[in-house]
Amino acid sequence: MNVHQFLAPLAQACRRTGPHDRIVLSSRVRLARNLRGHAFPGHAKKPDRVRAMELVRPTVEALPEMAGAFSATMDDLTPQDKLTLVERHLISREHAARSAGSGLVLNKEESLCVMINEEDHLRMQSLQTGLQVRQAWALIDQVDSALERRLDYAFSPDLGYLTACPTNLGTGIRVSAMLHLPGLVLDEQINQIIQSVNKLNLAVRGLYGEGTEALGNIFQVSNQQTLGETEAQIVERLAKVLDQVLTNELNARRRLLEKKPKSLFNCVGRAYGILTNAHLITSKEAMNQLSFMKLGVDLNLFPDVPRSLLEEMFILIQQAHLQQHCGEKLEPEKRDLIRADILRERLQAAPRPKTGDARCLD
Amino acid sequence: MLCDACKQNEATVHFTRIVMEKMQQVDLCESCSKKNNATDPESFSFADLLLGLGAAQEIEQASGPELKCATCGYTQADFKKSGRFGCADCYQTFSEGLEVLLKSMHKGTRHIGKAPVSMQQSRDASGKLKQLQKRLEKAVLEEDYETAAALRDEIRQTREKLGNVPA
Repeated sequence: MNVHQFLAPLAQACRRTGPHDRIVLSSRVRLARNLRGHAFPGHAKKPDRVRAMELVRPTVEALPEMAGAFSATMDDLTPQDKLTLVERHLISREHAARSAGSGLVLNKEESLCVMINEEDHLRMQSLQTGLQVRQAWALIDQVDSALERRLDYAFSPDLGYLTACPTNLGTGIRVSAMLHLPGLVLDEQINQIIQSVNKLNLAVRGLYGEGTEALGNIFQVSNQQTLGETEAQIVERLAKVLDQVLTNELNARRRLLEKKPKSLFNCVGRAYGILTNAHLITSKEAMNQLSFMKLGVDLNLFPDVPRSLLEEMFILIQQAHLQQHCGEKLEPEKRDLIRADILRERLQAAPRPKTGDARCLD
Repeated sequence: MLCDACKQNEATVHFTRIVMEKMQQVDLCESCSKKNNATDPESFSFADLLLGLGAAQEIEQASGPELKCATCGYTQADFKKSGRFGCADCYQTFSEGLEVLLKSMHKGTRHIGKAPVSMQQSRDASGKLKQLQKRLEKAVLEEDYETAAALRDEIRQTREKLGNVPA
């Protein structure tokens, strides 16, 4: 079975729901672990990496949580396969760049993914829709405890789990959430929010785009420190901050609706106009306009448009998904054309925004 | 004010940098600054070195550039280049200077989170050992030799149970 047959169809994947998923798109907890007595993957020679993988892969596959999982080595996958996994947020870009001696095991529900020989021997992550960082931690903690009975982890009582990069040392945990924050961006509060979250030693960055750009108004919040605190403390701190950001985003939307409804409707209306009429559109513009159209759905301007349709479009317009959709490799100019065609066709049935019943849905 | 590099000439070139709300200063004389190309804003590496900024420098200063991990052959220069270690034993090999580096990155320098069950037992035992030793010292101080003898036996037993698991 190839990865495209394994993955849930995109439309179906985008219909998954979770608490507060209008704003918190997904929650993730990742743990980094290494094997005692094996060089870290970045330094290990290929035969050593293969040996480490031969230990890890069957152990991971044997987990009850991994019944019916997809398991592959990175050299089994085409560049198109790997990019698809990246666009679905299942593996890192760094992992996609690897080949022989690295691999991945992904469960049927796509909620559990173990990258083998990424920067560390094991990078295991639990992914949940919506605001569920505590649940994500509980699941990955359980998987980690099961693996520790079979694998001899590199662990020091003083320094904790030993990782290739000292920034992950100790707990090896990275708790993160993907947030859609168009309200805070339009209300020009986002920089202030980023600064106050930074003060708590949490990082905020745009998920798409270069540098400080945050295409589609999507941000990722994550912990930076992994040593000197327990996992539970880190998870709780993040959960609290996410609650706060969520409240701030909802308040920003309400305030915009009350104080600047015209500029808000202008934004959503233009997004609708472009998406349903453009014949050439870059992924950058498409992401930004889809973000505002989705804001329109959240403000009840498109009562008949399911939010999942916009989530689906957001991923479908990206390179690998677009190419998979067309069944061929596409040059950038051709992509802009096909992207616009798909958006017009799929959003054709969406009626114009109705501003009469505007209210902030949460 | 003397030059931070040669410690001989009067410093005339002054660097100030603010990192994590802490101000750091480097003062150099004209010739040291020229020699090390320190005024080139593109290359702050010399100032970095003097300020002890950056991970690699911390370790390099502490242990010298020749250090090499006996297990995996990873060197100082490798760490400097990649910011990553070669194997788990590198944390031992390059332990000098590691504390400063970890302090700059993390909330603390000791792990207090989850541990593998096998390690948890040894961690509990070593905690118990420390407590017993404290009580023993107290008993000896109070000249309560009966309690002290009992504690000594308990310590011996706990040590045996620990075996050769690293403390």
